[in-house]
Amino acid sequence: MSQIRTEKNLQNITTAHPDGIGGSPLRPDGILKVKGEFAYSSDMWHEDMLWGMALRSPHAHAKILSVDITEAVKHPGVQAVMTYDDIPGSKFYGLEIKDQPALATGKIRYHGEAIAIVAADHPETARRALAKIKVEYELLPTITTEEQCLDPETHGYVHEPSEYKGHASGNIVHSQKVISGLGVTDEVRALADVVIKGDYVVGMQDQAFLGPESGMAVPAEDGGIDLYIATQWLHVDREQIAPVLGLPENKVRLTLAGVGGAFGGREDLSMQIHACLLAQRTGKPVKIVYSREESFFGHVHRHPAKLTYETGATRDGKLVYCDARIVLDGGAYASASPAVVGNAASLGMGPYEIPNVNMLAVALYSNNPSCGAMRGFGAVQACFAYEAQMDKLAAALDIDPVELRQLNAVEQGSIMPTGQEIDSPAPVAELLRRVKALPLPPALDTTHLDVRDIPGALSNTSHGEGIVRGVGYAVGIKNVGFSEGFDDYSTARVRLEVIGGEPVAMVHTAMAEVGQGGVTVHGQIARTELGVERVTIHPANTEVGSAGSTSASRQTYMTGGAVKLAAEAVRNELLALGRKRYGWDYNDLSLVGGKVVSASAGALVPIADLLGDSAIDLTREHHHRPTVPFDKETGQGFGHVQYTFCAHRAVVDVDVELGLVKVVELAAAQDVGKALNPLSVVGQIQGGSTQGLGLAVMEEIVVKDGKVRNPSFTDYLIPTILDTPPQPVDVLELADEHAPYGLRGVGEAPTLSSTPAVVAAIRQATGLALNRVPVRPEHLTGTGE
Amino acid sequence: MEFLRPATWDEALAAKAEHPSALPISGGTDVMVELNFDRHRPSALLDLNRISELTAWESGRFEGQEGEVIRLGAAVPYARITRELSRELPGLALAGNTVGSPQIRNRGSVGGNLGGASPAGDAHPALLAAGRDVLVEAESVRGTRLIPIDEFYVGVKRNSLEPDELIRAVRIPVADGPQQFSKIGTRNAMVIAVCAFGIALHPKNGTVGTGIGSAAPTPRRAVEAEEFIAGELAERGLWESGALIGPAAIQRFGELVTAAASPIDDVRGTAAYRRHALAVMARRTLTWTWNEYTQSLRSAA
Repeated sequence: MSQIRTEKNLQNITTAHPDGIGGSPLRPDGILKVKGEFAYSSDMWHEDMLWGMALRSPHAHAKILSVDITEAVKHPGVQAVMTYDDIPGSKFYGLEIKDQPALATGKIRYHGEAIAIVAADHPETARRALAKIKVEYELLPTITTEEQCLDPETHGYVHEPSEYKGHASGNIVHSQKVISGLGVTDEVRALADVVIKGDYVVGMQDQAFLGPESGMAVPAEDGGIDLYIATQWLHVDREQIAPVLGLPENKVRLTLAGVGGAFGGREDLSMQIHACLLAQRTGKPVKIVYSREESFFGHVHRHPAKLTYETGATRDGKLVYCDARIVLDGGAYASASPAVVGNAASLGMGPYEIPNVNMLAVALYSNNPSCGAMRGFGAVQACFAYEAQMDKLAAALDIDPVELRQLNAVEQGSIMPTGQEIDSPAPVAELLRRVKALPLPPALDTTHLDVRDIPGALSNTSHGEGIVRGVGYAVGIKNVGFSEGFDDYSTARVRLEVIGGEPVAMVHTAMAEVGQGGVTVHGQIARTELGVERVTIHPANTEVGSAGSTSASRQTYMTGGAVKLAAEAVRNELLALGRKRYGWDYNDLSLVGGKVVSASAGALVPIADLLGDSAIDLTREHHHRPTVPFDKETGQGFGHVQYTFCAHRAVVDVDVELGLVKVVELAAAQDVGKALNPLSVVGQIQGGSTQGLGLAVMEEIVVKDGKVRNPSFTDYLIPTILDTPPQPVDVLELADEHAPYGLRGVGEAPTLSSTPAVVAAIRQATGLALNRVPVRPEHLTGTGE
Repeated sequence: MEFLRPATWDEALAAKAEHPSALPISGGTDVMVELNFDRHRPSALLDLNRISELTAWESGRFEGQEGEVIRLGAAVPYARITRELSRELPGLALAGNTVGSPQIRNRGSVGGNLGGASPAGDAHPALLAAGRDVLVEAESVRGTRLIPIDEFYVGVKRNSLEPDELIRAVRIPVADGPQQFSKIGTRNAMVIAVCAFGIALHPKNGTVGTGIGSAAPTPRRAVEAEEFIAGELAERGLWESGALIGPAAIQRFGELVTAAASPIDDVRGTAAYRRHALAVMARRTLTWTWNEYTQSLRSAA
C-alpha cells in the first residue's frame, strides 16, 4: 500500500478495528466456495418442484409461421407448455428499452431466442416435450454486418419501423456524439505535425461466469410469486418481471440465491420470467437451470466493436486532436446498449488531454446475439483503440510510449471532452511511473527449461525455439456508478440490538453479492461505525429498498455508502439515547470495543447496557451527486459520478513461429481512493486484469451469419492458471472527497488497460500491427483471415 | 437408457454381444460430455469400471511383435502412463501429459481415445508414430482380433471395431529410440488439439514413425515424410555417425508432414495455420529426437 493518503473526509468519530475498514477480514463465503459447499442458485430444491426449460430457435432471423404444442402437452409428465399467447401481462421487457418479447412472436431475431417454455416433472421429460413442439419457420436473410445494418432499405430491419423502440431509427439503437474544442476540421488537422490513423476490431467477449443462469419461482398463497434468483439487481429484475406476470410489484418478491459470477451477464433477465410464468400457470415451484450451452445463448455478451481513430499531435508529442468513430454491435435487442454507447463516447478519448475532439459512437441492432453489460462497459473497446494509437504515435515520434502518455495525461482539474472537470485526484502519470518502476521479471532461462514457463506449456511445442519477449504499457479511464442523470441510489438497513449480552449489528440490503465482496465490506463498515465485534449480514431481498446494480464498480461506493449512512444514523440515535439518559454533554463520543467512549473522559457505558432490550433499526438511502445526460449533438454535460484509473505493464513471451503467447507478468497500478479491504482490492485488480488478458489472447464468441459457433467451454477458452501470470499490484490511495471514505470503485478499471498492454507487448515481440483482439495464432503467423 | 455393469471381462463381452449398441464407458471424460451436451443418447451404457484388469499394464514379449512390448490395459489413465511408462512409451507419456486437466488425466485413457476415434484424440499421433506393429486388442465373444493401429482409424470418429467388440488393451513396442509429441492449443493448458504431431525414431530397423492429429478426417501418418527422412538417415550413414541432419532435410521433412495433412478451417483454427504449425512441430520434434539420439550415441561410445 502506498503511503500517500488524504483523509479529509474521514470523520474521526470512526474507530480502528482489525476487521473494520482498511483491514482484510476473509470473506464469509470464501471457504465454503473453495470446498464446494456453498449453495449456488442451481443447487436449490423444493418438494413438488417442476423443471422448466425453453425451446430456442436454431435460426438467427426467421418468421415464425406456426407453433404447434399439441404433442408436447400430451407428453406424460408435462404440466405446462406456454408460448407468447399465454403471457398474462405485458409481452415485452428490457433494462431500459422494452423491446424484447418474453417469448418470441412473429419473428426470430437471434440464434437461441426462446419461443416456448415447458414445465415437467423431470428435466429429461421437459427436453423430450420440447422436441415435440413443431415450429414452422420461414428463413429471412440475416442482417449481421455493419454495412447491412446501416442500409435497412436494402437488407431489412431487425425491428420493423412500426415496432422500433430505440433512441434513433433504422437499425441503430442509440448514438452519441462528443465534440469539444473546435471539433476536427481541416484547420485543426493543419495544427498537427503527425497524424496517426488506425482501424481496430474487438471480438465478442463473454462474461464466462461459472454458475449457469438458474433460480426457482415459488407460487405464494396471495397469488404472488417468490423468486429465488442469481442476479445483479433484485429490484430492476422485479420491475421487469411483474408487468409480464400481470402482478403488482409487491406481489413479486425476490431473494438473492447463491451467485456464481456475473461480470454484467446477469444484468439482463434470463430465466426469471420463464420460471415465474410456469410457476404461476402450474401453481408449483419451478426450477430452471441452464446448461452451459444454453447459458451462452441465455445472456448478453460484450459488444464487439469496430473502431476508427485518427489522432493528430505536434512534433513534441502533444495531442492536438482526435477524430473517432466507434460502432458497437448491439445484436437483436437493446439491453444496455444506450449506456454502453454513452460510455464509449464519453471515455473513448482515454485519460488524455485532447483540445479538439470529434467522436461518434453508435450501437446497432442486428441478428447477432444481443450484447449488453460486461465489466468495463464500452470503455474496454475504446481503450484497446486509443492505446494502440498512443503506441503508434510514440513510434512515429520516436518518443518513449510511457513518456508520451505522461505528457498528455489528465490530472485533477483537467476537462474531459464532455466538458466535465475531473474534480478529484487523477494520478494517471503517477500510475504509469509506478508500473514502469516495478522490477522486470527475469529473462527466460533456456538452460533449465520448464515447459510450463513458455508458450504452449505442457503441449510441448518449444524447447526455447522461436521465443521472443515483449513489453507493453497501457492505461485507461473508467467511470464509477450509473451516469447521464441516472439516480442509482442504494438503500441499507442497520439494526443494533443486544444478543447474548453483546451488541450485534445486522446489515440488511438488497445488494447482490456476486463475488465482489460486499458482504465482507458491509461488516467492516458496521464494525468501524458502531464499534461492535459481531455483525450479521441479512440475506439480500426486496423487503428492503433497492441497492442498485452490482455493476459499474459501484457497490462499495453506493451500498457501502448507504450502510455507512444507516450505521451513522444508528450511532447518532444511540448516543442521543445516552445523552438523554445520562445527561452527557461531551462532544467527543465514539463507539469503541462495544462501549461508548469519550476521548476526554474515557469509557462511559457498554453499548449493551445503554441499549438494554431495545433495538435501533434504521434505514437510509444513499444518493450520489447528481449527473446530467450528455447533450445529444455535442456530448457536453456533467455525466459521470467518478472517474477511476488503472495502468498496466505486460511482459509476454511469444513463440513467433507458432504464434503462441505466454504472458509472463501483468503488473498493475491503480488508484482506489481508499482500500476498504486491501486483500479484496488486489483480488479485484488481478481478476479484472485476467479478464482483459483473456480478451487479448483467447476469449471470443465466434459468430457466423448470426450463428454462434462455440457455445461451450471446450471452444470458448478462458485463461487457466498456466495462462495467468504473476500480477504485482501497486495500490495508490488518493481520496475522492465526494465519495464515502474517499473510496473509488475498483472492479472495472483493471479490465480496460490489461488488454492493450498485452497486445502492445505482443506487437513489440513480433513487429506486427495487430489491430484486432483476441490475437490468435493465425494473426501472428500470417495464416488466417 | 440401460446401465450395464459387468463384473468380469467375460460378462462385459456377453453384455456387448447382447447389446451391440451399448456405449462402453470407463473414465467418462468423453462419453459424459457427449451425454451432458445431449449430443448422444445411447440405448445403453456399458460400465467397465468394475473390471480391474483394464487398468493394469504389463511388459513382455508377444507373438507377432518384435522385442519387448507394453500391453496397456484400455483403461489405464493418462496420469499413470505419464508417471509409470515415460521410459518405455515416451511419446505416449508426453501426449498423455497434454490431455485436458489433471482431473481428466486421472480418468481418461487410451481405450477411450481409441473408442471415440476423434481425429483430435491426443494418444493417436503417439500410437501411430510408435510403429507399425502397435496392435489394438479387440475382443468379442467370438474371439480376439489384433488390429494394427494403421488399420484402426477408418473415418471421422469411426474405428474398425465390430459392434460386438470391446477394446481390451493396446500392445505397444517399447521405445527403441527417442520419441516426441507436440500439440497446438490456443491456450497454455486444457485444450483440444488444434493440431498435433508425434514422432518416434526407430534405430533398430532404421525407420521413423510419425502421427498427425487434428489435421485430417482421421489421425494419420505422414508416410512420405517418414520414408524421406529414413532414406536420408540411411543414405548418409547418420544412424551410425550421429552427425547433424542438416537444415535442408529438416525443412523437407516439415514440408512432407504438411503435405500429408488435409486440414479444414474451423472454429479452433484455419487450415493454413494447421499446415504451417505442423511443419514447425515436425521440424522441431525431429531436431529434438535427433539431438537425443546423437547424445545417446555419444554417451554409449
